[in-house]
Amino acid sequence: MKPLTVNFRSKAALTLADAQIQQSIEHVYTGFFKGRLTAAGDTPDWEDLRTKGKAIKDHTIAHLDYYLGLLTDNVEKNGGSVFFADDAEEARQHIIDLAHKRKIKTVIKSKSMVSEEMGLAEAMTDEGFETVETDLGEYIIQLANETPYHLIAPAVHKSRADVAKLLDDDYKDGDRVPDATELTMMARKKLRCVFERADMSVTGVNFAVAESGSIALVTNEGNGRMSTTVPRVHVAVMGMEKIVPSIQDLSTMLRILIRSATGQRISTYVTMVNGKRKPDEEEGPEEFHLVIMNNGRQKLLEDAQMRESLNCIRCGACLNACPVYRKVGGHAYGWVYPGPIGAIVTPVLTGLKDAGNLPSASSLCGACHDACPVKINIPKMLLELRYRTAEGSTAKEERTSSAKERGIWKAWRMGMMGRKRFDIGSRIASIALKPLSRNGWLKKAPPPLSGWTSTRDFPAISASSLKSILKKRSGGSK
Amino acid sequence: MPENTTATLRPDRVTLFASCMVDQLAPNVGESTVEVLEYLGVSVDFLNDQTCCGQPAFNSGFRSEAYPVAERFIDLFEKVKGPIVVPSGSCAAMVRNYYGDLFRDNKELADRAKRVGERLFELTEFVSRFFGTDAISGKRVGAATYHKCCHLLREIGVDEQPVEMLTNIEGLEYSPLERADVCCGFGGAFSVKMPDISSAILDEKLDFIEANGSSTVVAADTGCVYQMQGGLRRRGSDVQVVHIAQVLAESIRNSSTSEAKR
Repeated sequence: MKPLTVNFRSKAALTLADAQIQQSIEHVYTGFFKGRLTAAGDTPDWEDLRTKGKAIKDHTIAHLDYYLGLLTDNVEKNGGSVFFADDAEEARQHIIDLAHKRKIKTVIKSKSMVSEEMGLAEAMTDEGFETVETDLGEYIIQLANETPYHLIAPAVHKSRADVAKLLDDDYKDGDRVPDATELTMMARKKLRCVFERADMSVTGVNFAVAESGSIALVTNEGNGRMSTTVPRVHVAVMGMEKIVPSIQDLSTMLRILIRSATGQRISTYVTMVNGKRKPDEEEGPEEFHLVIMNNGRQKLLEDAQMRESLNCIRCGACLNACPVYRKVGGHAYGWVYPGPIGAIVTPVLTGLKDAGNLPSASSLCGACHDACPVKINIPKMLLELRYRTAEGSTAKEERTSSAKERGIWKAWRMGMMGRKRFDIGSRIASIALKPLSRNGWLKKAPPPLSGWTSTRDFPAISASSLKSILKKRSGGSK
Repeated sequence: MPENTTATLRPDRVTLFASCMVDQLAPNVGESTVEVLEYLGVSVDFLNDQTCCGQPAFNSGFRSEAYPVAERFIDLFEKVKGPIVVPSGSCAAMVRNYYGDLFRDNKELADRAKRVGERLFELTEFVSRFFGTDAISGKRVGAATYHKCCHLLREIGVDEQPVEMLTNIEGLEYSPLERADVCCGFGGAFSVKMPDISSAILDEKLDFIEANGSSTVVAADTGCVYQMQGGLRRRGSDVQVVHIAQVLAESIRNSSTSEAKR
């Protein structure tokens, strides 16, 4: 997927003005966010689980090459093949070549953000394969020719009427809006025959277990199970960080992932795949291929300040908690990963030059850090990226700050380095803004405060400083 | 924290760190902070040379500009002994939680910063920890609600203590604010840099404030106070947003002067 991060502000503005999307996206708070809180509250050892989850991920990422080696050995032992793709292009081409070689006609996909990085569904369609998303949300998005809005709820911004229009060509505005069950049945009917004729599936991987060479898929619609059993070729795609050492670790990670994602204790389906069908087994694919993708993750791994972002298990809890995401929506972020986690990984994976606005689009409220099941310190990394955009290397195309901005902060520093200057600065500001203020407030202020007064009154600078007030106070009382 | 364990540790002298915003925009919050502390029997020193902790530049990414200002803060405040009290969770978080990152290339300075940070408390944190949330029993008549400022809540870990302090005030009818722990959209430079997004977040907050119906909203950080008050004024609302130091000071003043001070 081509990054369009440079359009953040304008895309955000469009969403802010869209009342229907604002209403639909409320669900991430009232549904997912609250669901997570309830599920966490009902889990007595919740904080211990988070700590354990973080420890598992820290350990795995610190020894990633070892576990990737172990995973590869065990997948091959199970009769599968492993392909390491350096970037999205290489991964995409590998899968397309495979499909051509196996004379594939129909490809079914289950939900995978990594495949979004590859732009896989689009590319396979262009290659002439019938390619159908089978996760309901992804299917809706595919029909709408859009990209996912949310890590776990790709179509969360769509109203039921929107979905009805996409699923039923005869649906017109003003018709009765079908309920969620009816819409699901409509999609199910359409998808069922696709499942039957599919000869290849592409699924994501929620976790790959190194010690057993298995992959785990978390779904609620059963499409994951269909995808991993019906077609003769199964291709699973994963980012190289999506790995846990053992089945025991998997158990911990599943508990925190599912609770953090939807608030469920366990999803309707958890599918474990140990590769292709064995001679004595009745079902399963004839071939199993695991594609492990780097696509910039090495940069995160080598970056001590940003490495922790590889701990992400893509539950979406930070999106649901984020007041900014809940207003600007998923498309504003301009690439595969929206919300707080997107604001830290996208700039590193796609370049700060265009994505420099993403780390700035945060009030640093810390709700993401609080919500993260593996305690990723997202605010700290947002600040790190702001540092790079403000003062980073120009050779590495990190710095995007303007000379004017740098000048303002230099002047600020000079004002803060001495109390006399600080007082004089306040005095000048107080006098300059005085003609504009009424009853201690300004309706309109000059730049850089004009941004503030576009929507809010600004307080007038106090004429007397605290120092003088306290002096008077101690003089009076003593 | 249980009262009896803290009682013996009660400090009787502190140094006030006003914060640049209180100093320039809301000196009455600083004065109220002094009133509250003095009411508790704590004498307050004020270092005339203080300016800012460096957070505005740090949060905007300009660490080379924040660095000397933060270093200056350490130089100044490490000279005084005993607790330092600041009426801002955000500034407290900067010193306690982020100086380590700012000074990561200078271990000596980072260590000094850590030692100062260990003595630095946000006002409501200080009062509830050393004196208890029932230490101030003033009087202030009217309906009030409380917004949980993000940094105080998530960086400093002060959650319900201010609410307990408010409900201890005679005549104050407290009603909890829906989504009190969701950000008001302030975020420092964010509020100026991305005003449309900041205001969209604020609008949700103001809707809940208006639905709450209280005539007073209490918050513990000046930036958030002005974000919400500035937005309410623009809406033409009469709801007042006040810093908790002001509410406490006012309630102390309102309570009968004959009441013996602690």
